[in-house]
Amino acid sequence: MTDTTEKAVVEVSTAAPVPAPASRRTRAWRGLTPWLFLIAPLALLITFTYAPIVNMLAYSFTDWDGVSPVLHYTGAANYEEVLTRPDLFEVFWVSGYYLAASAVQIVLALYFATVLSFDVRFRNFFKGVLFFPYLINGVAIGFVFLYFFQDGGTLDSVLGLFGAHTDHAWLGTPVSANTSLAGVSVWRYLGLNFVLFLGAIQSIPGELYEAAELDGANRWHQFRHIIAPGIKPVLTLTVILSISGSLSVFEIPYIMTGGATGTETFVIQTVNLAFRFNKTGLASAAAVVLLLIILLVTWVQRRLVPDDKVDLV
Amino acid sequence: MTRRGIARTLVHLSLIAATLVVLLPLVVVLLTSLKSEKEMANTSGALELPHDLLNFHNYVAAFRDGEMLSAFTNTTIILLVSVTGTVLIGSMTAYAIDRFTFRFKKLVVALFLTAALVPGVTTQVATFQIVNSFGMFDSLWAPIALYMGTDIVSIYIFLQFVRSIPISLDESARLDGANAFTIYRKIIFPLLKPAIATVVIVKGITVYNDFYIPFLYMPSEDLGVISTSLFRFKGPYAAHWEVISAGTVLVILPTLIVFLSLQRFIYNGFMRGATR
Repeated sequence: MTDTTEKAVVEVSTAAPVPAPASRRTRAWRGLTPWLFLIAPLALLITFTYAPIVNMLAYSFTDWDGVSPVLHYTGAANYEEVLTRPDLFEVFWVSGYYLAASAVQIVLALYFATVLSFDVRFRNFFKGVLFFPYLINGVAIGFVFLYFFQDGGTLDSVLGLFGAHTDHAWLGTPVSANTSLAGVSVWRYLGLNFVLFLGAIQSIPGELYEAAELDGANRWHQFRHIIAPGIKPVLTLTVILSISGSLSVFEIPYIMTGGATGTETFVIQTVNLAFRFNKTGLASAAAVVLLLIILLVTWVQRRLVPDDKVDLV
Repeated sequence: MTRRGIARTLVHLSLIAATLVVLLPLVVVLLTSLKSEKEMANTSGALELPHDLLNFHNYVAAFRDGEMLSAFTNTTIILLVSVTGTVLIGSMTAYAIDRFTFRFKKLVVALFLTAALVPGVTTQVATFQIVNSFGMFDSLWAPIALYMGTDIVSIYIFLQFVRSIPISLDESARLDGANAFTIYRKIIFPLLKPAIATVVIVKGITVYNDFYIPFLYMPSEDLGVISTSLFRFKGPYAAHWEVISAGTVLVILPTLIVFLSLQRFIYNGFMRGATR
């Protein structure tokens, strides 16, 4: 620690000229200063982010139930179970619905961002309407859409207006339920994608459009050659966020169906394993698998878009 | 009509369709919240208007029986403490990282950077044990500590702002005899106002809406927050959509008010938060 402070002092004093030669005590004090600012943030960071990761890795090789003082080392058995037991791995397929929904969501968000980047009447109103769902409490959204999909609820009534009378139970079969829930997810998250795209489009200098218009470019040409390249970084980021988001879906299905009728996602399953069935070891292995997949996806993104914004120093 | 005219009409139609898709589910819930139990049993459709547009009985029921008062109180306490904490921690970290050179700085920065990549949902299994071992389980301290301790995005936001504050300000203050803490408190912190506004809004909305952490860490009924108290409506009111709807509207209303009054900050804040 003394070594640390010594070096820091040297660097600080070369960086900022000190009027009078500081005494030994004040120099040591100054070297300590950054750590005084960092001690609380670092303590929290280590306690609530790094310690859990390390513990989780450790638990994942045991058969611990989360309460009892006894636990046995079981090697890679938990990982084997997560990856080979069909009912445990099956939940990953549910992510497919959300992944497909993300694709729809990105296309729609791009469309609305492009359209609203031009001068449209009531532009701010439409922008607000599209974005607002993103701010709503997840439980409230869950209830709004439970009523929406309910027998005789909003959706059935609207279809009734058009003369289509169905008694289809929207949340009744796995395919229908997952599609409905993924639809809710589009409703909820479209706004964020849209605002990100809109921001990126609006940061493109306006002269570019004017020049293109003089050259006889139509709206599609403008999109293809000016907007698309301009938003590529944000688009890539959005795609990556969507993939990791689709893998870690929890709120909407948990609130609306509780994971019933084939809507269980990986996170719901992990939460159930850990807190309902007391299989901490197995749940940890599942969580490690998910974490590794998400880190892999993020790593791919960082390779695809080497953006300088990510660097801190 | 010219081709451009047709295109413009189609664009407008698509925007109107989107508006309907967004607003209709919400409006129906608002209408339902104003209906009486009898109306709910008799009427055929969800789209029908309530007989009495000023029927607030369900709101009273939701507020009283749903323990909404204690939910709003708990949420407010958690919000105030964790948002204040986040602002202090974020700005202190950013100040230390940007204005000082010290050994292990690279390591410290890397620790914060990497933490941003770890989604909180994946590590809760083990976080739970740690929170439990501190005796914070089933107390307001669990969400407060977790919200304060795991927010990397606000550190990014503060860092961007601290960087934009000229170092010459620090230096002239130091020549006047100010130490590092005075500089942080009197110069850096006041100049961070825009960043603080951003963090307060983004963090505030995130905390208000969070369900996962309070659900996992505060099972006691008297420790309900907005999300978990509303979630509990599911059991006793399962068949009473008018009361559930009223509760839902009560939860959405504050968000709507904040959104309408702070629109510009909110767009900027979330853009900064997401793209870091």
